[in-house]
Amino acid sequence: MNSAIRRLSIVVLVMFLALMGSSTSVQFFDAKSLNADPRNRNTLYREYGTFRGPIVVDGQAIASSSPVDDPFGYQRTYSDGALFAPVTGFYSVVYGRTGIEQAENTLLNGSDDSLFWTRLGDLLAGKEQRGATVELTLRSELQRVASDSLGAQRGAVVALDPRTGEILAMVTSPSYDPARLAGHTTADVVSAYKALNDDPQRPLVDRAIAGDTYAPGSLFKLVTTTAALESGYTPDTPLYAPPELTLPLSSATITNFGKEPCGPDDRPTLAYALQHSCNTPFAGLAMSLGWDSIARKAREFGWGDSLSIPMAVTPSRLPKSPDAAQTAMSGIGQFDVRATPLQMAMVGSAIANGGVLMRPYLVADTRDSSLQVLSVARPETYSTPMSAATATQLRDMMISVVEGGTGTAARIPGVSVAGKTGTAESGTDAAPHAWFLGFAPADNPVVVVVVIVENGGNAGSEATGGTVAAPIAKAVIEKAIELDQQRKDQGLR
Amino acid sequence: MATVADVRIRSSRRAEGFLLAIAVAIPVTAYAIVGLAVTGGLPANVWFFALGTVCLAIAGHGALRAWAPAADPVLFPAAFALNGVGLAMIYRLDLERAATSGATHYATRQLAWSVIGVALAVLVIVTLRDHRKLRRFTYTAMVAGLACLLLPLLPILGHERRGARLWIEVFGLSFQPAEIAKILLAIFFAGYLVTHRDNLALAGPKVLGVRLPRLRDLGPIVLAWVASIAVLVYEKDLGTSMLFFGLFVAMLYVATERLSWVLIGVVLFGAGAVAAGAIFPHVAARYDVWLHALNPVVYDKSPGGSEQLVRGLFGLANGGLFGTGLGQGIPGQVPFAESDFIVSSLGEELGLTGLMALLALYLLIVERAFRTAIGMRDGFGKLLAAGLGFAIAMQLFVVVGGVTRLIPLTGLTTPFLAYGGSSLLANWVVIGLLLRMSHDSRREEAVP
Repeated sequence: MNSAIRRLSIVVLVMFLALMGSSTSVQFFDAKSLNADPRNRNTLYREYGTFRGPIVVDGQAIASSSPVDDPFGYQRTYSDGALFAPVTGFYSVVYGRTGIEQAENTLLNGSDDSLFWTRLGDLLAGKEQRGATVELTLRSELQRVASDSLGAQRGAVVALDPRTGEILAMVTSPSYDPARLAGHTTADVVSAYKALNDDPQRPLVDRAIAGDTYAPGSLFKLVTTTAALESGYTPDTPLYAPPELTLPLSSATITNFGKEPCGPDDRPTLAYALQHSCNTPFAGLAMSLGWDSIARKAREFGWGDSLSIPMAVTPSRLPKSPDAAQTAMSGIGQFDVRATPLQMAMVGSAIANGGVLMRPYLVADTRDSSLQVLSVARPETYSTPMSAATATQLRDMMISVVEGGTGTAARIPGVSVAGKTGTAESGTDAAPHAWFLGFAPADNPVVVVVVIVENGGNAGSEATGGTVAAPIAKAVIEKAIELDQQRKDQGLR
Repeated sequence: MATVADVRIRSSRRAEGFLLAIAVAIPVTAYAIVGLAVTGGLPANVWFFALGTVCLAIAGHGALRAWAPAADPVLFPAAFALNGVGLAMIYRLDLERAATSGATHYATRQLAWSVIGVALAVLVIVTLRDHRKLRRFTYTAMVAGLACLLLPLLPILGHERRGARLWIEVFGLSFQPAEIAKILLAIFFAGYLVTHRDNLALAGPKVLGVRLPRLRDLGPIVLAWVASIAVLVYEKDLGTSMLFFGLFVAMLYVATERLSWVLIGVVLFGAGAVAAGAIFPHVAARYDVWLHALNPVVYDKSPGGSEQLVRGLFGLANGGLFGTGLGQGIPGQVPFAESDFIVSSLGEELGLTGLMALLALYLLIVERAFRTAIGMRDGFGKLLAAGLGFAIAMQLFVVVGGVTRLIPLTGLTTPFLAYGGSSLLANWVVIGLLLRMSHDSRREEAVP
């Protein structure tokens, strides 16, 4: 019997190995997904029990945790909550997290893998586990100018540094104070959330990256123009531009703004058509280029891609196999073309940066609790949608938009600004959305700004991108150039 | 002229004393840490607890020196340490409940049961001078064992908890008779198999190199199989069913050294378990909880959903590699954290590292039991020691496997760690039997 007992002891050993394996799978391999499960209360309790790292802009904490004497241990507080809410998101006992609070949660709560050695060190030193600091690329003064200029109007502003992809400002309006959702009294938080969620102005929606995407309107002509220039057109190529274009196989017509003609003899150049944002020549151009070449270019700019900055950006949409009439409409940014303001900023960024599109990002660096750097963002090329020559041609055309076209409201004395206006139909009855995309200084751009004002904002149905959105962009550009100069003077760049 | 042979005994009692010192230090330290972590101060009765633990260890150690000096030196300290760690965790859960849902005093009761348990083990060692006496009770043990196994099915006595009918309740005291059945059936299997092993081992045709048993010898295994499937269907617990059938098949294998029995057993049990799942919806529901625990529909089902299992998993995940530290997790979130789910409570606070250490302690006990079995000079003793060792291994496999989702969750409790009198007493009796047998096994020469 002894040999059978020996073999049985091996069976027992195998059984124990199986148990060790299954515990390892639960406690080590599956631990991450189990801890991330929304039903897991342990995670919430543990998170509240530890010091959550701050979110920092320009060296100042805009979200931080301080100890309080209640079962949760720490209270999350926000300085200038409403100003930064589109970026920070909220951190709530009841509703979980959004924004950077969610996207960088494992770093902020200290459970990220990159903090392993820090945690081990803290454990051995008997120190309390502390979350990491997340420093953003935002410039708080620029954020404030953008927010103040937009005012109470519904809309969004995005500012990028085209050379790196850093997001310098990201504003959405109306906003909310995340502190209202960060309280520890469930009933108060629930009623505050209900009020925000039921608000018809929808303050909880981040319009810059994750709202309902917008029809880009005339801003999309930049994409159509890129496709044209890259396939052999020049700024001087004359286009066919009747005052009214009847769409093929349809009774619908496209007219220019105010049903005006576009240039002498209805044969404007590409540059003239863009400067005055005529519709009919671009509708014709889209049809002669064909949808595929425009769509390919749009995808190079980022359409259809779900970016993470690190928050998830709603992918911008393109129509699927449109017919000729739909192609014409799409070529001027109507029909089923949709874009987030960030997507439009990426278009401007590629043009401003000599045709090279840098991947946009919000997190500049992360540091552990002893301020040791964990990671520093490295600028990354996203794509190269056009040659440097095409970028220069587009830039010059956009300079003429601001100097003598639809975008004169964005002119800044002493600075050459390149821009493009857009006025996008938002529905049959509602006033159109006003867009403006601009960058400056045109010869060496330090900032790209996109502004959208929903339904014309205060100006209502009288609004155009040139009258409503361009002045906001101008204010942001001015501030951005000033800040960039300061940084240069301080030797930061 | 006759000479009296000098019976030399390898004592190892000094080694045991050293191990016991560690086995006492661990729970006392754990007890103190729990108090420090939860209430911020040493527990009021920590000195009493420490003194009591030391006295209990010395009493057991002294009894072994007096009545079973050659006994295995590892078994007692290992079981003692497990019992103590369990006690500290139960105390810790008492403290957590005192702060939240209302005080419980499980630790005090468990402490009393522990003292009685050790006393019972000593009683076994003192009264049972020769384990072979137990062979006389082979069939009595069978009847009593089966009765215990089926007791929870009785209408008034039987008691269902979390869907498994494994309990009986008498005068407000609940009791898990399967724990006692475990010992009784191990005695029966040992007695029965040692008598019939030749028939079961040698006769029968050979097919594909495997000697199959004769058809008429299949009787016992079929009977055991029917009983275990009945347990699965009527007591709704795959774990208990696996424990007893596994015990039977393992002992059958040890007795006959014939792999064919194991194959037949595994095939029969597998087929039975699958068929039961297909036929009985309540069995299928238990499989569902196991396979689709994280599915929201299964999770939210009440009663019989997977919420408890998944909360246990959340606790384990919360513990991670090194645990939250004693007293710093929230194991009380899981219902029955002190009994069925004590493994996930410990896994949460001691981490994977701590859980591995506990598993290693169990493995030590089981392998020492097998070592004892190998040294035994009688077939009955070999079978009994191997069977008792395997029963502990199987029970642990079923419980920890259930909590970590290796197999469906069961209502059985973790030996020594879990709160519960019947479990603790039965397992200390097992240790008593093993100690008694190891004393015989480790003597270099038989008693004249």
